[in-house]
Amino acid sequence: MTQRPEDSLENPHKEPAEQASPISNEGIPAPDGASSLIDTDYVIGQDNITGKYSLHLDIHGKVFGISALSILLFVVLTLALQDQAKPIFEGMRHWLTSNLSWFFLLAGNIFVLLCVFLIFSPYGKVRLGGAKAKPDYSYMGWFSMLFAAGMGVGLMFYGVSEPISHFDAAMGGITMGDHGVRTDWAPLGGAAGNAKTAESLAMAATIFHWGLHPWAIYAIVGLALALFSFNKGLPLTMRSIFYPVLGERIWGWPGHIIDILAVFATLFGLATSLGIGATQAAAGMGYLFGTPDDSATKVFLIIGITGIALTSIMLGVDKGVKRLSQINMVLAFLLLLFVIIVGPTLLILTGFFKNLGAYIVELPALSNPFGRADANFSQGWTAFYWAWWISWSPFVGMFIARISRGRTVREFLTAVLLVPSLVSVLWMTTFGDIAIHQVVANGFQGVKDAALPLQLFTMLGQLPLTAITSFLGIVLVIVFFVTSSDSGSLVIDSITSGGKVNAPKPQRVFWGITEGVVAIALLVGGGLTGLQAMAVSTGLPFTIVLLVGCYSIIQGLRSEPRSA
Amino acid sequence: MYNKIMVPVDLAHIDALGKSLQVAADLAQHFNAELCYVSVTTDIPGPVARTPDEYEQKLNQFAKEHGLAHGRPVSAHVFLSHDPAVDLNEILGKAITETGADLVVMGTHLPRHLDAIMPAHGGQLAAHTNASVFLVRP
Repeated sequence: MTQRPEDSLENPHKEPAEQASPISNEGIPAPDGASSLIDTDYVIGQDNITGKYSLHLDIHGKVFGISALSILLFVVLTLALQDQAKPIFEGMRHWLTSNLSWFFLLAGNIFVLLCVFLIFSPYGKVRLGGAKAKPDYSYMGWFSMLFAAGMGVGLMFYGVSEPISHFDAAMGGITMGDHGVRTDWAPLGGAAGNAKTAESLAMAATIFHWGLHPWAIYAIVGLALALFSFNKGLPLTMRSIFYPVLGERIWGWPGHIIDILAVFATLFGLATSLGIGATQAAAGMGYLFGTPDDSATKVFLIIGITGIALTSIMLGVDKGVKRLSQINMVLAFLLLLFVIIVGPTLLILTGFFKNLGAYIVELPALSNPFGRADANFSQGWTAFYWAWWISWSPFVGMFIARISRGRTVREFLTAVLLVPSLVSVLWMTTFGDIAIHQVVANGFQGVKDAALPLQLFTMLGQLPLTAITSFLGIVLVIVFFVTSSDSGSLVIDSITSGGKVNAPKPQRVFWGITEGVVAIALLVGGGLTGLQAMAVSTGLPFTIVLLVGCYSIIQGLRSEPRSA
Repeated sequence: MYNKIMVPVDLAHIDALGKSLQVAADLAQHFNAELCYVSVTTDIPGPVARTPDEYEQKLNQFAKEHGLAHGRPVSAHVFLSHDPAVDLNEILGKAITETGADLVVMGTHLPRHLDAIMPAHGGQLAAHTNASVFLVRP
């Protein structure tokens, strides 16, 4: 078992012969089977502050301290300066998405292309965790966790509202503003007055936002983390991905900054989802039980749900997150099945393939980053989504990495890219096509006219057993919310403790509470725009991080032995 | 009276375990018992080892040295967990059954108020096993 790395990544600062650490002098056993470990003198947790004050702690002082303090400062400022905060958030989001949309779109395409390339290249044979590693989770458990972590609340929120918005905008056709600038929100060229074309365009655009691209982003982060942790022996934090570029410097400030960025991105990405979840749950409860749909309700919802999440955090991964994800999957599947059966079943089933086709046909035009005429759509929708997915990527990626040991690169990428994308197509087809069908065939305008968070419930209102399905809808929003908050706390805790997963529980509790507090602050201070602005602005630096990650993945895979 | 003494160890905090290791070794000599060192680790790289295999190798090495020093037969077992901070008690309970130990000697911290919400591992384990448990306070 004492295999020396034959072709390991060169350490730029030392001769390979000298860099053997005390550990490797005893001979590092390879991970289960052949793999190529990186030699480094760094000991995981060496920079950590461990203390036995009133609470037992184990944290990376700089990463934890800076992230926690800046987030605290942010919350205080947002709450204290509510009137000033909102325009700042709006301006920020507008500036970022309108000036840098090409960058987000281009990066998204690079991630998809790299994933597809890796699936078909010989690198696909590399096994995460070493040639003989065995998977820890079954396919079912694996998929449900992948899916619950990756999309969660967003599916509930946008499942009805996004297709119907695109449809509506496309039907309206192109409208020109004063200076020859398009003022409509239609994707591509729109489809003025043509319901059939508008429907297929709307579905293609929605699937584009929920299909290959988001999952490619997650896959890249997950793959990079899994590779550098399981095969190279580096700690499970974002900085490890940078080893091929920065070498030993990742243990210093460059590494700290990368990890801090990851914490910010995760926290604000999560808070956006929590805010959206609370908005929708509050709207749904108002619709169903007549509770007031105001900030107070949302704040109470966030507090209550964070409480449930804390319980789940205390129960750990296998009893908390895993179980919740599975409950989620069952509930989501029941809702989906019910809607397919009581809705226009045939329409949905044929729609699935029709929409998939439309997606493939429109994909090149939709993903084109340059010279877009449909500025509102590509900047307001696509660029925002890309930034949002990217801000989620450290969290989802790390979670995916943790549960993916023992899979080959090909297996990993196929599973992370294709399966969730197909489920998204089915989900969006079901909820979107029914809503569009209600408008076109039945002339029901309710969904179109309802507020965004209410659209799901208005659509369900047209189907039988409304009370039950709407209630199920609210429960799903809440459980998705809990899963995200729970797994998010695990991930942030792991990053802020220098890559440890066995840090004391109070730290996780701290991050769980922080997520709730940030969500409340953003919701009260800046509304949904505030949430989205922060997600987009933390997504930007992280896009650069991910592009470097692409290079590292190739470098890392080149030195790995390939399993037969 | 006791045939197999199970000693949970965390190789990352070995300096804090001196007292319980000594107690376990003395008891083993007194009862002519086997010393069984168990550890719970994760499959992601940690401070002690980068892979579970490497951890197991180090624990075996550790056990061998202690066996030689105290002249008792030893064994070592590593258990994998996805979330050791939470699952530890349960896994130690499982370890007692699997190793067939009849006495557990483990270090624990002093009782404190927070134990009501987050109890110490030793106390938790003692409440849920048939084996005798010797909690070594610092």
